[in-house]
Amino acid sequence: MSIDPFVFFVFIGSLAAGALGSLTGLGDGVIIVPMLTLLLGVDLRYAIGASLVSVIATSSGAASAYVREGFTNVRIGMFLEMATTIGALVGAFLATMLNPNVIGLTFGAALIFSAAFSLRNTADESSDRDIAVHPWPGLRLYGTYPGPNGVPIAYTARRPALGFGLMGIAGVLSGLLGIGSGAVKVLAMDQCMRLPFKVSTTTSNFMIGVTAAAGAGVYLRKGYIDPVLSMPVVLGVLAGALLGARLLLRARTKLLRWLFVAVVGTMAIQMIAKSLRGNM
Amino acid sequence: MTSSHLTPGPAATNASRKNIGNLLRAGVTIAALFVLTGGILYLSQAPNTEQSSFSHFHGGSAAPRSLGTIFVRAAHGDAKALIQVGLLVLIATPVARVIIAFAEFTRAQDWIYVVISGTVLALLLLSFCLS
Repeated sequence: MSIDPFVFFVFIGSLAAGALGSLTGLGDGVIIVPMLTLLLGVDLRYAIGASLVSVIATSSGAASAYVREGFTNVRIGMFLEMATTIGALVGAFLATMLNPNVIGLTFGAALIFSAAFSLRNTADESSDRDIAVHPWPGLRLYGTYPGPNGVPIAYTARRPALGFGLMGIAGVLSGLLGIGSGAVKVLAMDQCMRLPFKVSTTTSNFMIGVTAAAGAGVYLRKGYIDPVLSMPVVLGVLAGALLGARLLLRARTKLLRWLFVAVVGTMAIQMIAKSLRGNM
Repeated sequence: MTSSHLTPGPAATNASRKNIGNLLRAGVTIAALFVLTGGILYLSQAPNTEQSSFSHFHGGSAAPRSLGTIFVRAAHGDAKALIQVGLLVLIATPVARVIIAFAEFTRAQDWIYVVISGTVLALLLLSFCLS
């Protein structure tokens, strides 16, 4: 059995992407598409297809799924998922209609946003977390999560309309670019809706898989998801995520975060340049 | 109605959380196994250069896109079809998560969220039907 060099490089690249994503907690596919298109000459459409299915794999397969479930707010997630799913359908259709160079430019912008997001100070659990008032009470957009001693801490979601709108945008980006849009989702829940950080990240994770599945449905029918390309990407990303989880104990998060910024920043510049030259 | 008005919704009990966690991981594992099997088969059969075929998008690719064909071919050991089955399982995994939530909302008679999760499910099914 001889391994085609191309397949091998796709696997290695995906392994690295999965590991970096898992180590930094920012693994929602932003690295896969640029890696495939910039480094390996893959057509953008096949790249976003492969990336999207790999996003489903990483978001669903994390080892701490059980623990996450204690934090995930299914009501809020499901409510917001209406927006993200519609967005994903819109985005996926846009992907089939837009010029790849336009998609490439959008991707470059998303990469820059992702880099900026990774540098932000992680959430402050302070202020305006008054739980007595629940916006849109009929939807019960509130809950509790296990505090440090296992004591449940109550919270409520604020500005549901704005959150809904942001989730729609997150969905469009996910469907258009083949990414998970985890950054937008977490931002929306953490900053806009003022949910506790762990609730935001876990609920976002729950939503990423569903959103990606919606986009994947469209991609499948349009032939964007090639099995031969997706195979090493999915396997590589999963292996990388496992590897990253193993290395997590010895990881120097600050260094990794800067590595992520450097990689993503470089990719952003290259994608934008390539798109402006009309080469995507 | 529901036990505590502050619970985040269904799956607030340890047992159901564990089940959902297991389901998700099972889905990904099964999918990965199909993809891996198909991958190994494919690599052992085809000596060729793949890169050229991925640098240009050809809308109607060689791989079949109708569900029935995929499963039949996979059952016959077609490598690409096996991978596609794996990818289908992968895509189905979060959908299963939504179905479970839908079922739990129904059991709790939480009608607003039955409608909401039902809407999400309908949208997901729509994505597979539109083309």
